[in-house]
Amino acid sequence: MSVELDPSPKFTAYAHPERLVSANWLQEHLGTPGLVVVESDEDVLLYEVGHIPGSVKIDWHTDLNDPVERDFIGSREFAAMMSSKGISRDSTVVIYGDKNNWWAAYALWVFTLFGHEDVRLLDGGRDKWVAEDRDMTTDKTVLTSTADYPVVPREDAPIRAFRDDVLAHFGNPLIDVRSPEEYTGERTHMPAYPEEGALRGGHIPSAVSVPWARAAADDATFRTREELDAIYRGEAGLAEGDNVIAYCRIGERSSHTWFVLTHLLGFQGVRNYDGSWTEWGNAIRVPIVLGTEPGDAPKPRR
Amino acid sequence: MTSVELPEQLAEIRNEFLELEEKDRLLLLLEFANELPALPARFEDHPDLLERVVECQSPVYIFVEVDEAGAVHLHATAPRESPTTRGFVSIIAQGVEGLTVEQALAVPDDYPSSLGITRAVSPLRMRGMTAMLARTKRQLRALAAA
Repeated sequence: MSVELDPSPKFTAYAHPERLVSANWLQEHLGTPGLVVVESDEDVLLYEVGHIPGSVKIDWHTDLNDPVERDFIGSREFAAMMSSKGISRDSTVVIYGDKNNWWAAYALWVFTLFGHEDVRLLDGGRDKWVAEDRDMTTDKTVLTSTADYPVVPREDAPIRAFRDDVLAHFGNPLIDVRSPEEYTGERTHMPAYPEEGALRGGHIPSAVSVPWARAAADDATFRTREELDAIYRGEAGLAEGDNVIAYCRIGERSSHTWFVLTHLLGFQGVRNYDGSWTEWGNAIRVPIVLGTEPGDAPKPRR
Repeated sequence: MTSVELPEQLAEIRNEFLELEEKDRLLLLLEFANELPALPARFEDHPDLLERVVECQSPVYIFVEVDEAGAVHLHATAPRESPTTRGFVSIIAQGVEGLTVEQALAVPDDYPSSLGITRAVSPLRMRGMTAMLARTKRQLRALAAA
């Protein structure tokens, strides 16, 4: 039982307008049966400071990642987590979050691994909602109905790439969505400073640099179809039918780009390499490139 | 764990956390976030004096001072939208407040992981707090050497 779509004209230009709702739409539909609003932020405490009335919190680390193995949670855990948030398999889920919906997009991507059908983002996320002075509350959300989410398989292959997939992918487009400094391999740390993550700086050979936040306008909404086409088809040179892999540092920023390429621009089969630079930059015998140029694609390894 | 005795205020903060159930520890962290004082006015015109903690995803800046009596003070600023970061830096600021340089330098580098919030907050985020403590101590070493 899907909640009606947002007919905003801006969205109709996108390949899948059903994946976005506007703040006005959400305001009008709060409390609609079958709709669950989820806040997903970088900051684990931001929801507690204030959230959209009736929304539930899903934290990318503590709810979506396996606590031991470096992987997402499994089918059983996902079902239990969704049920505990009042989400059923047929719920319409609208996710919003801080930082241009960075983490909201990550949660949406993980929901997609489990095939949750109706999951949408709030255009502009938390920032725009707050900027427009819309209702926020610190009241604890009391779930009015219980949910019983089924145990469904997690299907990684269609939208998730692993290291070996990337090695076999050379010759096809790769998008590096990190900052220019991370892309070139320039180091930012100094002696006696703690260093984070990867042993080596740089990027995956042939990857084109398109920092993820370029897809967002100043008010945290997604840029228009025309602007996005200019960035990804124009500058980055993606073409219809391309098989694309996006990556960043741990796969969060690249879920945002995955959302843009898949749902707003309509590319099919886009995969997110969530191992990203923290895996690639530390892995043995994988090629990297330093500097501003993408570099040549090595021979694919299969 | 190190055998050095923790300064009393740091031990108190740790005990406050450990006495709570895990999920309530997050709310205590939020209380610390709310207690972070505004930057002293003299820094407002001198943002250059502040050091950014680049290991944190949120823009957090710290400045360490040692007063004439030899007591350490940590000043910090982080956005309202980053309560976890504010909570981290608030704990360190309250924890080192008034210590001698020697005492502050003796705070174990792994103090953050003794608070029992690593699982609720996530190890990746805890790294930001560990980095803040490291940077605080590095500034202190620089002051002591000057």
